[in-house]
Amino acid sequence: MSKSNKPIVWGPFAAGGTVTAFLTPVLTLLALFAAMRFSPDMFTYASMHAFASNWLGKLIIFGVITLSLWHAAHRFRITLFDFGVRADLVVATILYMIAAIGTVSTIFSLLSI
Amino acid sequence: MSRNPYVREVPKTSWFFRQPRYMRYMAREVTSFFIGAFSLLLVVSLKRLSEGPEAFQGFLDALRGPWGVLFCLAALVAAVYHSTSWFNVTPQAMPIQRGEEFVPGKMIVGAHYAVWAVVSLIVLFMGI
Amino acid sequence: MSERQIQLEVLRYDPETDREPRFQTYTVPCLNEWVVLDALNYVKDNLDTTVSYRWSCHMAVCGSCGMMINGEPKLACKAFIHEYPDQIRVEPMAHFPIERDLVTVVEDFITKFASVKPYLIPKEDKPVSAGEFKQTPAELMKFKQYTLCINCMLCYAACPQYGLVPEFLGPAAISMAHRYNQDSRDGGRDQRQEVIASHEGVWECSFVGACSEVCPKHVDPAGALQQVKVASTIDWYKEHLMPWSKK
Repeated sequence: MSKSNKPIVWGPFAAGGTVTAFLTPVLTLLALFAAMRFSPDMFTYASMHAFASNWLGKLIIFGVITLSLWHAAHRFRITLFDFGVRADLVVATILYMIAAIGTVSTIFSLLSI
Repeated sequence: MSRNPYVREVPKTSWFFRQPRYMRYMAREVTSFFIGAFSLLLVVSLKRLSEGPEAFQGFLDALRGPWGVLFCLAALVAAVYHSTSWFNVTPQAMPIQRGEEFVPGKMIVGAHYAVWAVVSLIVLFMGI
Repeated sequence: MSERQIQLEVLRYDPETDREPRFQTYTVPCLNEWVVLDALNYVKDNLDTTVSYRWSCHMAVCGSCGMMINGEPKLACKAFIHEYPDQIRVEPMAHFPIERDLVTVVEDFITKFASVKPYLIPKEDKPVSAGEFKQTPAELMKFKQYTLCINCMLCYAACPQYGLVPEFLGPAAISMAHRYNQDSRDGGRDQRQEVIASHEGVWECSFVGACSEVCPKHVDPAGALQQVKVASTIDWYKEHLMPWSKK
C-alpha cells in the first residue's frame, strides 16, 4: 500500500463543501427570485457587471464557482459509485473534465468583463 | 480454519434501501448533483454576463420558464439539505480542544448556523 | 416480573451440510428485562444445543456478541427485549463471511487491525532508567475517546463502503491508528500513514457515519476518520508544495 494522491481532490472538495454550505442556499434563493420575476430591479445587467468588474468581485466569483464545481464533481463521482456505477476512472475523468471546462470558462468570462 | 464460509453478497445498486440511515446518506449525496448543476448554471450566467446586456437578458428570459423555476426550487432544497448535513458533522471532523475539555459540539454547529444566517442575509440584500 | 413469548428467528448455517443459510424460529419465554443474548442462551440451554454464537462478558465490554438484530448491528447483550416487538430476527454481522450459524469469519478485521501498528512506537529509544513517559491530562484527552474501542466490529457491519469494497481498512482499524497518532508518547505516525493514507485506507470512506451511529462505546470512528483525512490532506500539500519543510 502506498499513500494515495486523493488529497489533490479532497482539499478542494472539503473547501468547496464549506463554501457551498454557506453560500449556495442564498444563491439558489436569489436565482429562484429571478426565475419568478420577484423584482424588476433585481439582477440588472449593470449591477452584476459592476460587481464582476472590480478585482475583488472577480476573485470572489472565481473562488466560489471553482470550489463549488470541484466539490460537486468529486462528490458526484462517489455518489455514482454508491449507485453501482463501477467505471470509476471513466466517471472521474468525465466529471473532472466538466469541472475543468467550467473553471476555464469562468476565467475567460471574468477576464473579458 | 474456515471450513466452508458463506459469503452474503451486497447488492451494488440497492444496498441503500436496507436501512433508513443509508437512504438519508444517499439523499445527502444526491444534493451534489444539484449543487454541481447550479454551479454550471452560474458558469453559463457569467459567460452571458461577459457577452453583453442582450446575452444576459436572454439568459434571464430562459431562466424564467417553468423548468427554470422548478430547477431553482430543487437546487434550493438540495442546497439547504447539504448545508444542514454539512454543518451538523463539523464537530466530528474538527474537534476543538481547550485544555482538558472539548468545545461542545452544539456550540460549533450553532456558530456555523449563525455565520450561515449572517452571510445569507448579506448576500440576499446585495442581490435584491 | 413481566414475561413475553418472543419468536426468535435465528439464522442457521452448518458449513458441513448446508449450501445456504436458513432461518429457524424458536419460541422463547422472555422476561422483559432480558437482552437478546439471554434469549439465545435460553435457546441453547433448553431448546437447541446446536446453535452457535460468540459471547462472553454479557456487559458490553468484551465485544464478542456482535450480531444483526432486526437488521441493525448490535451487541446481543445490549439489545433489550423491551425495545423489540415479539418477532426478533437474529443474523450474523453483515459484511463478514458466515462461519457457522451466528459466528462470522473475522480474519479480515484482525489482519487489517494489526496492519495499522496499533501499539506505541516511541519517538526515540528510551531505556527504563530514563523513567516513565510523562503525559498531561490534556494530552490524554486528545486520544482517550479512541481507546474505548472493544473491537466488536459492529462498525464494519454498518459501514456500506466496507460491504461494497472489501479491501477497505475500515472504521475501527483506522480509528485505532488515529488513537496512537494522537498519543503524545508516540512517534509512529509516518509508519501508519503508509497504511491508512492509502486508497484502501481512509480514502474509501465517504463519511456515511453509520459506524459512529452503531458504536456501543461512543468511540465516534467517523470523526476519527475525517480527522485523519484532514491531517493526511495537510500532509500531502506540505509534502508536495513545500518539500523543503521538515515534518
